[in-house]
Amino acid sequence: MSQYLFYFLAFVSIFSALLVVTAKNPIHSVLFLIVTFFAIAGQYIILNAQFLAIVHIIVYAGAIMVLFLFVLMLLNLNKETEPVKSYLMKGIGVLAGCLLALVMVAALHKSTMSPALGLPNEDIGLVGNLGKVLFKEYVVPFEVSSLLFLSAMIGAVMLGKRDPKIEPVNESTN
Amino acid sequence: MKVPIEHYILLSTVLFCIGVMGVLLRRNAIILLMCVEIMLNSVNLLMAAFSTYHGDAAGQIFVFFIMVVAAAEVAVGLALIVMIYRNFKTTDINLFNKLKW
Repeated sequence: MSQYLFYFLAFVSIFSALLVVTAKNPIHSVLFLIVTFFAIAGQYIILNAQFLAIVHIIVYAGAIMVLFLFVLMLLNLNKETEPVKSYLMKGIGVLAGCLLALVMVAALHKSTMSPALGLPNEDIGLVGNLGKVLFKEYVVPFEVSSLLFLSAMIGAVMLGKRDPKIEPVNESTN
Repeated sequence: MKVPIEHYILLSTVLFCIGVMGVLLRRNAIILLMCVEIMLNSVNLLMAAFSTYHGDAAGQIFVFFIMVVAAAEVAVGLALIVMIYRNFKTTDINLFNKLKW
């Protein structure tokens, strides 16, 4: 059962990721990205990482996507203002991506997977077990990440503040 | 647990390459950030898959740290884009080619 669910969710995530890249309207890109994130959250549930799935939905679909949508609507970007690359550059981009995929799949084909060490524990994805590992072995990275958040917050506020010394560029075309 | 780990690696590879392709194809800076998010998520998925298949919780902790970095990156990146839009009235990445030199 979970096998079929995996292949279905894999198909949904790949298809909607392709639509994110190819959609002409940026709003549609954001909506397909939300579908991709929900498919990946479903993969986490199949992998017995329940807490990770919940956090993924809250952080990505709840916070980051709202931020993206908010900025897109604030800047009033739509299909008409969307810049497009030339067909030559698009072809080169697709070719480069496909070659990267080819190299990675070829490397995977050559390698052999080591078998799992020990018996897989079914409930490592629960909050209690993850919290024990996080606060026993990874306390210092946890605190450092709080510093990272603080500096990102201060940086975002600094960048968003209007600087009175810099005059905006007046373009005659606009 | 019937899905082999190779299929998770293939799925992550395909998602990562779609993200790379998006960065190469598009010129809107906001969509570039979204493609970076797809790449980060493919890595997250692979981390969670390895963590479950090897019974080690450290992989899922790393996923949390990647999420933290992604959230901070999106906040700063979108602030930069809003600032650039205020000055240039566009989010076209080709206009910022002065940063190359």
